[in-house]
Amino acid sequence: METNRLRRLSAALPLLLRRLRAGAAYIARTPKLLLGLILLGALLALALLGPSFVDVNDAKSISVGTNKPPSAEYPLGTTSGGRDVLAVIVVGTPQTLKMGVLAGFIGVALGVSLGLIAGYYGGRIDMAISTATDTVLTIPPLAILLVVAASVRTMSVENMALIIALLSWMFPARTIRAQVLSLREQPYVHMARLAGLSDIRIIFEEIMPNILPLAAASFVGATSGAILAGIGLEVLGMGPQRTPTLGMTIYWAQLYSALIRGLWWWWLPPILVLIVLFVGLFLVSAAMDEFVNPRLRRTG
Amino acid sequence: MKQAYFIRRLVMFFVVVILAATLNFIIPRLAPGDPIGAVLEELRARGASTGGDAEDEIVAAYRARFGLDQPVYVQYLRFLTNTLRFDLGYSISYYPQKVEAALLRALPWTVGLLALSTLISFACGSFFGALMAWPRAPASVNRFVPFFMVLSAVPYYLLGLILLYIFAFVMRLLPLGGAYSSGTIPRLDLDFLLDVIRHGMLPALSIVLTSVGFWALGMRGVMVTVLGEDYLTLAEAKGLPDRRIFFGYAMRNALLPQVTALAIALGTVASGAVLVEVVFNYPGIGWLLYNALRSSDYYMVQGVTFCLILTVAVSVLVVDLIYPLLDPRIER
Repeated sequence: METNRLRRLSAALPLLLRRLRAGAAYIARTPKLLLGLILLGALLALALLGPSFVDVNDAKSISVGTNKPPSAEYPLGTTSGGRDVLAVIVVGTPQTLKMGVLAGFIGVALGVSLGLIAGYYGGRIDMAISTATDTVLTIPPLAILLVVAASVRTMSVENMALIIALLSWMFPARTIRAQVLSLREQPYVHMARLAGLSDIRIIFEEIMPNILPLAAASFVGATSGAILAGIGLEVLGMGPQRTPTLGMTIYWAQLYSALIRGLWWWWLPPILVLIVLFVGLFLVSAAMDEFVNPRLRRTG
Repeated sequence: MKQAYFIRRLVMFFVVVILAATLNFIIPRLAPGDPIGAVLEELRARGASTGGDAEDEIVAAYRARFGLDQPVYVQYLRFLTNTLRFDLGYSISYYPQKVEAALLRALPWTVGLLALSTLISFACGSFFGALMAWPRAPASVNRFVPFFMVLSAVPYYLLGLILLYIFAFVMRLLPLGGAYSSGTIPRLDLDFLLDVIRHGMLPALSIVLTSVGFWALGMRGVMVTVLGEDYLTLAEAKGLPDRRIFFGYAMRNALLPQVTALAIALGTVASGAVLVEVVFNYPGIGWLLYNALRSSDYYMVQGVTFCLILTVAVSVLVVDLIYPLLDPRIER
């Protein structure tokens, strides 16, 4: 029994290795994906390793001297509120990532479920879900987010992720539904149905594995969209109040006219980190789109 | 069939509008406290002395003024009918100014700035995107357009801040913000127009630079599909000139889905503007919303939000109604 399992495992190992190697080769062959992953990896490293080099307590207000330009002591200077900008970046970056991934995940999970149900069952259920999707799609998310954010007194990173997630399921739902519509008519799905498999099993075992790449691509897109929405809220001063986030830093810099006071080290670093983040997500997302939709691969 | 399509679209439009109004009604009321209480709280936080009988009277008077003493369903129905008649109530911080008056004053600036920059980036982006998919395009196109595609991932207001710093603060070439120089009175002459253009340049540039790539990306995708069509092969076989095939056969057909996206983009222009207007102190709708949020002016926030949702809903409706005229295949 044990040896049998071991033998099966050892047979699977080379396959896994080959898959991994093929994956690595694909990444190496696709400069877009490689560059995107490097950018995101750098931010992740900053978030994970930063706290061991920088005193994160200096991210709190009035913990250091105010308005100091970059120096050996504070490599990115300090703000008018007495925060060390580098510490703010180290604390704020993971919060932004966490919010985006959380919102993206919830949004995609919601969207994939709705897309699967709508595409598989069709008929009235599909009609109801599709109409709801189209309706919510026409509502500008920032408008709703602002009203919600203005009403919620204490905003936390998790709260914000949840609110944003509730407005980011539509695109995944649409894409997945379209894909399921065509998968539903595949011979192997017909076979499964003839074999008497339950709907749930057909959806999860026959259809789901085939939409995973698409779901993964939607996830990157949804995460990017969620971060965009979150940063927008933060820059408007509607973000989480307790944690110093990147967008919030830009908000304070704006409020205290850091720009015309020449305090470039206050607002430029968070902007650059955000640019690296968005470009990284964009590259990964574009590469994944090409993976899912090979027709795009030929050009550019 | 045609009628059913139109009716379905119209029904959907009204559902969106009523849904938007309803959300506007519900969401602020889910929060603890009421708007008047919030204003009082704000006053207390700022150190104003409140309390006593006079306060209760004032609160009661204000509650009656804003209809907050009525049962919820009466408030809802009144809110709905008022909103649909575009009576958006009084601004709390600029009382007795009406919300719609402030909106009407801000709207031209937003529409002017954003519609124009959206159209510019649409035209440039679509052309470059089409060139990218075109096999006989100059090689340089494939080198510089991807740069704009990457740039399209950057939020325009972040780029705006950087541009503002470089061109307005360091080089002092362009003004730091606003829609026209302070002290000048808006009127229709050349000087004022030039002043407005000078002020609009940076916000417009940040929008154009970050959205050209988006249009190029979309156009390239459709163009690749169109280039595989049989009628293109036929056009080439007929020996038509390259330029004619490119503009008349390929680009013309590929533009169709782009036009849909353009109409939607023009509708979302106002909601996308919020941040760019905040960064550049541009007196449009976004700036109005930002100030209303900062001063907890609920009615103003609701009014602006409703206006934003309405513009998107209208533009999507217009697209859906016009689309069958542009592309007869839809009608089937």
